[in-house]
Amino acid sequence: MDSSQLLGITTFAYLFSSFCYITILVFRAKKFGMAATLVTTVAFLINSAGIGLRWYESHQMGIGYAPLSNMYESLVFFAWSIALFYLGLEFKYKNQTLGAFSMPFASASMAYASFSAQFGKEIKPLIPALQSNWLIAHVITCFIGYAAFAVACGIGFMYLIKARNEKPAQGSILASLPSLKEIDDIIHRTLVFGFLWLSAGIITGAVWANSAWGTYWSWDPKETWSLITWFVYAAALHARFTRGWGGKRIAWLAIIGFLSVIFTYYGVNFLLSGLHSYGGN
Amino acid sequence: MKKNDNMLWRFFASVKLALITLFILASTSIIGTLIPQKNPPAFYIKEFGPELGRLFQILDLADMYNSWWFVAILALFSINLIICTIDRLPNVWRMVVMDNLRQPIDTLAKMPFRSSFLITGEMATATATVKKIMTDGGWKAKADEKENSTLLFSQKQAWCRLGVYAVHLSILLIFAGAIIGTVAGYKGSIMIPEGGSTDKIYQYGTNKPIPLGFEVRCDSFKLTLYDSGMPKEYRSDLTVMDRSNNLSFSKSIIVNDPLDYRGITFYQASYDALQGLKVEIYNKKTGRQQGFEIPFGQKTSWPGTKVEFGIINMQQTRGMARLKVWFSDGSGNPETFWMDGDTTRTLVSPDGEYEFYASQLYATGLQVTKDPGVWTVYFGCILMLVGLYVAFFLSHRRIWVYINKEDGQCRVLVCGTSSKNKLGFEKDFSALSERFRQNDTIQTT
Ligand code: HEM
Repeated sequence: MDSSQLLGITTFAYLFSSFCYITILVFRAKKFGMAATLVTTVAFLINSAGIGLRWYESHQMGIGYAPLSNMYESLVFFAWSIALFYLGLEFKYKNQTLGAFSMPFASASMAYASFSAQFGKEIKPLIPALQSNWLIAHVITCFIGYAAFAVACGIGFMYLIKARNEKPAQGSILASLPSLKEIDDIIHRTLVFGFLWLSAGIITGAVWANSAWGTYWSWDPKETWSLITWFVYAAALHARFTRGWGGKRIAWLAIIGFLSVIFTYYGVNFLLSGLHSYGGN
Repeated sequence: MKKNDNMLWRFFASVKLALITLFILASTSIIGTLIPQKNPPAFYIKEFGPELGRLFQILDLADMYNSWWFVAILALFSINLIICTIDRLPNVWRMVVMDNLRQPIDTLAKMPFRSSFLITGEMATATATVKKIMTDGGWKAKADEKENSTLLFSQKQAWCRLGVYAVHLSILLIFAGAIIGTVAGYKGSIMIPEGGSTDKIYQYGTNKPIPLGFEVRCDSFKLTLYDSGMPKEYRSDLTVMDRSNNLSFSKSIIVNDPLDYRGITFYQASYDALQGLKVEIYNKKTGRQQGFEIPFGQKTSWPGTKVEFGIINMQQTRGMARLKVWFSDGSGNPETFWMDGDTTRTLVSPDGEYEFYASQLYATGLQVTKDPGVWTVYFGCILMLVGLYVAFFLSHRRIWVYINKEDGQCRVLVCGTSSKNKLGFEKDFSALSERFRQNDTIQTT
């Protein structure tokens, strides 16, 4: 068994997990709830094992490094963070309808990592600029933030779907979702959590840049886009906290914010050019 | 507080302005990620045509993040933040330090969380017991005891209301640090050949020489590759020599591990393969050893010996050199052979045995920065993270207990508020009021 097999299985496990949650939601089959959680937990453990094994394999090859250093590895870690964040959320709110709106993001990330031909999947040694512990801190903090924003986006959709019909019929799919007020609260808390980690991600990135190149901020496209994303969420938080925005507007901001995250993460690497070109190979 | 009611003040203190500024910052920042930055004017005229090219020049789009209008938006943003803080902080400060025992009693019954019940027994016993239960629950209370009534108050994390302001201050600190770095620091670079040294560097953009005040020597530069040919490590052995205090020390730097001296930092940034070569010969028989720096394709002799040598051909593969060497010590035939750069080869002749080391000469490219603002920036960053944590996850929780005589019994009114996380507070609050009710000493009726 090698790490690429484990990560291949992970892809299907997350797809299966998403399928479970969507089934539970659509058929209101609450009795399968435990099964869905179990599937997700196992998928998460396989994902963790895959990352751990890849780490080990890189050491075996004599180039040991934390597997967080190229597009493929970061997508795998993104999926891992989403699953972890979602499991925490489910544990906290004891509500499985959230899974149908969260786990598809983990599946999509893993599926993209596994099936895309755009980037290599092999374990490659690190070029000198990437040999830094700050890089590890940077990737981890960013992706925890991104994971929260992905989930906030999913729950934003949940809000908008539910809000189209304020008084759903008893026993309908919409009625099984949490109340609008609860969804709104979950979105807000998720954004707040993501914002803290995104801030930490930008800061650790700046410290890394300073130790590698002697400038903590050089306005390269990746940095700039992460800052744009940060501005968007800062605006969302202020709109809510000081101007009482809520409901649909915050749901939309959660979605727009995540589009900005996607562009920061993906668009900059493939559509723009810059210092952070590691995703390109 | 009506600090200032004029329009201008209200404009700068408003959060609406902050939202608009954030939006403008976010959207204008996109421009510089689409238009390549810091190219010469000719580039833009060629890429975008003369009209657009000129517009770019007026708007400084070639360096938009330092342009007058972008800096102006950042300044507006900072002024907004400062005025907003001056406007609100006094009120928040009052919330933090205020004497909650002077809370008007009639407002207590309107608190978001409350519960009220009657108990038998004396005021004094009731008060003492309530106080003890509060203390046991982590709510150490202050008391205002009157003849027929007592008000108890306890709070947690009042200071956390300042978290938001720590975040806002941190942003200003980061800006301040950036300004200090721009005004009092510089960024430049220098190429130093192996064996060479320098006491000045050249500023980016202007190429103006900047004296360092000490000397830096490059003892050697080494490029290591992975088997795949990818670079693994760039390493420069540097020596700092400071005449002002007769200090001299060496350090190897690699990417991500720079050299710091007197606030000036040297980063491994690039390298250059030079035309020259470095040779070291050790004669095992005589024990003599000598190092040379020689030009390519020229015969060199080792003074005092009969040894002559030269590098007559050179091939570059993936940044590594292969060298063709000609060597003679006057006995036997001259030898010619290929060897890898940066390796040693043993040569045997009738008169001697030599260790022959040869390597291409490199120059190391260093980025040199002086940034006295960086610690202000880092401090701002830490403050921001702490502030965000406090602002998001801690809440100011307050509990009042009002006990007064009512028809020979005592009425106990428990009430409280929390600045955030109402759900979490509700649990704590009902647990506490439950403990009052369950207590035996103060029999509830
Ligand atoms: C991008 C920069 C900014 C960041 C990261 C930031 C951060 C924050 C945070 C984390 C909060 C607490 C929100 C909550 O608890 O949900 C907050 C509140 C607030 N911010 Fe900002 N802020 C920024 C810019 C500004 C600016 C420019 C203003 C200028 C008016 C401003 C005014 C306020 C106000 C008035 C509050 C509410 C404070 C209160 O009454 O408790 N912020 N900010």
